[in-house]
Amino acid sequence: MASGVKPRVKVPKTAAAGDAITIKSLISHKMESGQRKDKEGNLIPRSIINRFTVEFNGKSVLDMAMEPAISTNPYVQFEALVPEAGDFVFTWYDDDGSVYDTTKSIAIG
Amino acid sequence: MEFSRRETLALGLGAAVVTVMPFSVNAAADDVIATFTGGADMADTGIELTAPEIAENGNTVPVAVSAPGASAIILIATGNPTPGVAQFNFGPLAASQSASTRIRLAGTQDIVAIAQMADGSFAKASATVKVTIGGCGG
Amino acid sequence: MTKPMGNTLTAIALAAVAFGTVAAADEAADLVINGDQEMVIRTAAPEHLSDVLDEINSGWLYRKDETQLLQMDDFDNPGMIFVDLAQDAWNAVDGSEEKSCASCHDNVEDTMKGVRAVYPKWNETAGEVRTLAHQINDCRENQMGAEKWKYTGGKMTAMEALISVQSRGMPVDVAIDGPAQSTWEQGKEMYYSRTGQLELSCANCHEENFGNMIRADHLSQGQINGFPVYRLKNAKLNNAHARFKGCVRDTRAETYKPGSPDFVALELYVASRGNGLSVEAPSVRN
Repeated sequence: MASGVKPRVKVPKTAAAGDAITIKSLISHKMESGQRKDKEGNLIPRSIINRFTVEFNGKSVLDMAMEPAISTNPYVQFEALVPEAGDFVFTWYDDDGSVYDTTKSIAIG
Repeated sequence: MEFSRRETLALGLGAAVVTVMPFSVNAAADDVIATFTGGADMADTGIELTAPEIAENGNTVPVAVSAPGASAIILIATGNPTPGVAQFNFGPLAASQSASTRIRLAGTQDIVAIAQMADGSFAKASATVKVTIGGCGG
Repeated sequence: MTKPMGNTLTAIALAAVAFGTVAAADEAADLVINGDQEMVIRTAAPEHLSDVLDEINSGWLYRKDETQLLQMDDFDNPGMIFVDLAQDAWNAVDGSEEKSCASCHDNVEDTMKGVRAVYPKWNETAGEVRTLAHQINDCRENQMGAEKWKYTGGKMTAMEALISVQSRGMPVDVAIDGPAQSTWEQGKEMYYSRTGQLELSCANCHEENFGNMIRADHLSQGQINGFPVYRLKNAKLNNAHARFKGCVRDTRAETYKPGSPDFVALELYVASRGNGLSVEAPSVRN
């Protein structure tokens, strides 16, 4: 589990049923590309977040495959439909097998 | 510093070769595209790719893609050591088939976005992004 | 060291022309964060500077549109994740005294409001000018019995960002007189001294050539009201000494150590050149 990996997601607290909302997401992660070399000239192995998924009440909003060209501290902004109250679950999958996630609830109002 | 005629010619030829070289042409980029589209034709409308003309810094370049009605969009950096950047797959609760992110570009190059539409057809957009070496401490 | 007015006017005129020719920078733009927090990004130069500059302005103005946007929303600003991380550290017990920052300082929003705006500042007990980082390490070592953090490391810059955010929007207001004066004078002398193989002083670029391009970079006034800064170049927070170290190295001089008295003096002086601008940290720059 890489250290200092923390998600940061903005979801409005409420929305009207059927609204489209903008979600901004970021996770602190080095995204070691596998292109860099260390002081001895050896390649530093790739270690990145390779997949980011967003689900709402179990249904898919976004499933994104990431490659090393995604910048450090991957940021993704997208739009989601809010048919009803519920939970957005954001999940990031790390090359090293770790899985990071955070949940944001939204109410109808 | 005195240059001999021979040295000057050699320098000049070297410079000419460098200027004639095109932006990185990447066969690997074509492979990535072919894998996604299966070799199908790509329309040049129906997808928008937003990227800066000149990147503030190649390490973090904000880009956005949008293709109403798409099931997936891929983003490719044709001049990067590995051209694949991302694939966005939109689920039923995506309010729009659009997304923004930040990417690394190794140098000035064309970036390409290709959308797979709901009816199985494809659309392509590209943009040239200039990536400069910074000034001081850049 | 005084400069003839002519040089300054030329510099400003050049700056005005340069702004006009750089396509993507909007010098009339205003910085409002999260739609409601207005920053002062241009203001009259402080009195000690008024003989060489009429207006001081923020480095935000010199960046491209896309970069400027990154700072305008706390969920676009990649520096803010480190503020979150530091909030966790603020509450975490560390060291032999079994304390966290919160044990003495309660809520950071209450107790740290206005602190960043007046740093670096004279510490009477220590008998020296201290930077925020020095003070943080002093607390860690002497109050918490915890290990000092590396001066330019990630934990330190994140904590600086957390504390700085509590002063965001407040005017920078460092004292340059009284016990701090001799340190300030030392910093001023450094600022105007040419150094390195390239024989450049800070003033050569940041006072005489702000607004111009240095290779592909748009030169700012070198203000530090936005520090610690998230640099796109290294995708992390950087504090003033880290940046100074790089700047001095770029003149091809032997550079100084972060935390050293030289850089403390320089930081005090450079901070004072921004007196009146809003604390913008964590800012986003190239």
